[in-house]
Amino acid sequence: MASLKELRSRIASVKSTQKITSAMKMVAAAKLKRAQEQAEASRPYAARMARMLGSLAAGAAGGQGPRLLTGTGKQEVYLLVVATADRGLAGAFNSSIAREAARDIERLLSEGKTVKVLCIGRKGRDVLRRNYASLIIDTLEDVSKPRPTFEKSDEIAQRILNMYEDGDFDVCNLYYARFKSAISQIVTRQQLVPFAVEEPQEAPEGEPAAATNNVVYDYEPDEEAILAELLPRNLAVQIYNALLENNAGEQGARMTAMDNATRNAGEMTKKLSLEYNRTRQAAITKELIEIVSAKEAM
Amino acid sequence: MAEKVEFELVSPEKLLLSQPVDMVVVPGGDGDFGVLPRHAPMISTVRPGVISVYETRQAVSQRLFVAGGFAEVTPERCTVLAVEAEPLEEIDRSATEQELRDAREDVADAKDEHEKAAAIKRVTVLEAKLDALRFAL
Repeated sequence: MASLKELRSRIASVKSTQKITSAMKMVAAAKLKRAQEQAEASRPYAARMARMLGSLAAGAAGGQGPRLLTGTGKQEVYLLVVATADRGLAGAFNSSIAREAARDIERLLSEGKTVKVLCIGRKGRDVLRRNYASLIIDTLEDVSKPRPTFEKSDEIAQRILNMYEDGDFDVCNLYYARFKSAISQIVTRQQLVPFAVEEPQEAPEGEPAAATNNVVYDYEPDEEAILAELLPRNLAVQIYNALLENNAGEQGARMTAMDNATRNAGEMTKKLSLEYNRTRQAAITKELIEIVSAKEAM
Repeated sequence: MAEKVEFELVSPEKLLLSQPVDMVVVPGGDGDFGVLPRHAPMISTVRPGVISVYETRQAVSQRLFVAGGFAEVTPERCTVLAVEAEPLEEIDRSATEQELRDAREDVADAKDEHEKAAAIKRVTVLEAKLDALRFAL
């Protein structure tokens, strides 16, 4: 059995750990609220953009659209953009995104494709670097600090576009975690290039979504010019959206993880205190017995 | 006239404006266009400029600067997806002038084609922004 002194110091250390985890939990909860608000504020834009693109893409389907829409005609080189957090201690948040990406890397490599990886966020790079260090072309750090901005996403999009124009890849996939709730984030793979028409996620409230889908639009200046502008913008919007979802998801995951840690620390202190008290009492009893038996012997 | 246009102005950060209006004038890529109720469906690019909102037919109720984007018009609605939007009264003239100077320097310092194109674009936007200020009181 551990000595009283050892037990005392263990209890103290668990208690101070608990203080840290509960502070982190509260910080994450506060940040989560803001991140969630930000993610929600950006949804109308993304939803309307998707609607416009949907109607445009439907009009251009089969025709000779811009390369961002039709692709390069090959599927040889894949660019995987892996968006994770910059910081850990957020449960399985980072590792589950990285795992999904790693699985796809394996699959693509076994199919004989060339894979390039662009990491957004330190943690994803740390995981992927172990096995695929040679595939990582670059890591962007601190993009979501203090919070994701559209300019930043635009820069990333621009970079991807430049690579695409230089013929550095044929298909681009984005990995991130979609924020569902504080305890649940869904790892999502999204094809950025060539543009894939997606089901609109959810119609904004009070929106006659179905009614507008079959309208024939006039285009000004013309369809191609609009597509040429809209597609790169869409890329930036998707990345922005992913960063926001990630940011909210990260805080949510951290909050849950820290909540668990705080609770575990609480249980641990309880158990240790019990043991401590037992040991203390045993020592007292032992001393009493010694005194009594000494007295009797006299 | 009872009919109104549901006007919405959205930037990536947030929904800036959503209200029924009588008319709105949008700086389209091919020239300004006004949207009244029952406008033919249309999708247009937006160049940097000023959006004028006419809540009633008589007078402009609000002017906002947009740095480009897209507009979607249907008989009932007009949705503007702005790159960047700001009410005119919130624009800071001296800050914008400073930004413009910086952007011009960037054009001069640009190391490659992409950088230069981006800086030139920025200058155009900022010039339009300063120009928009002539509407402000």
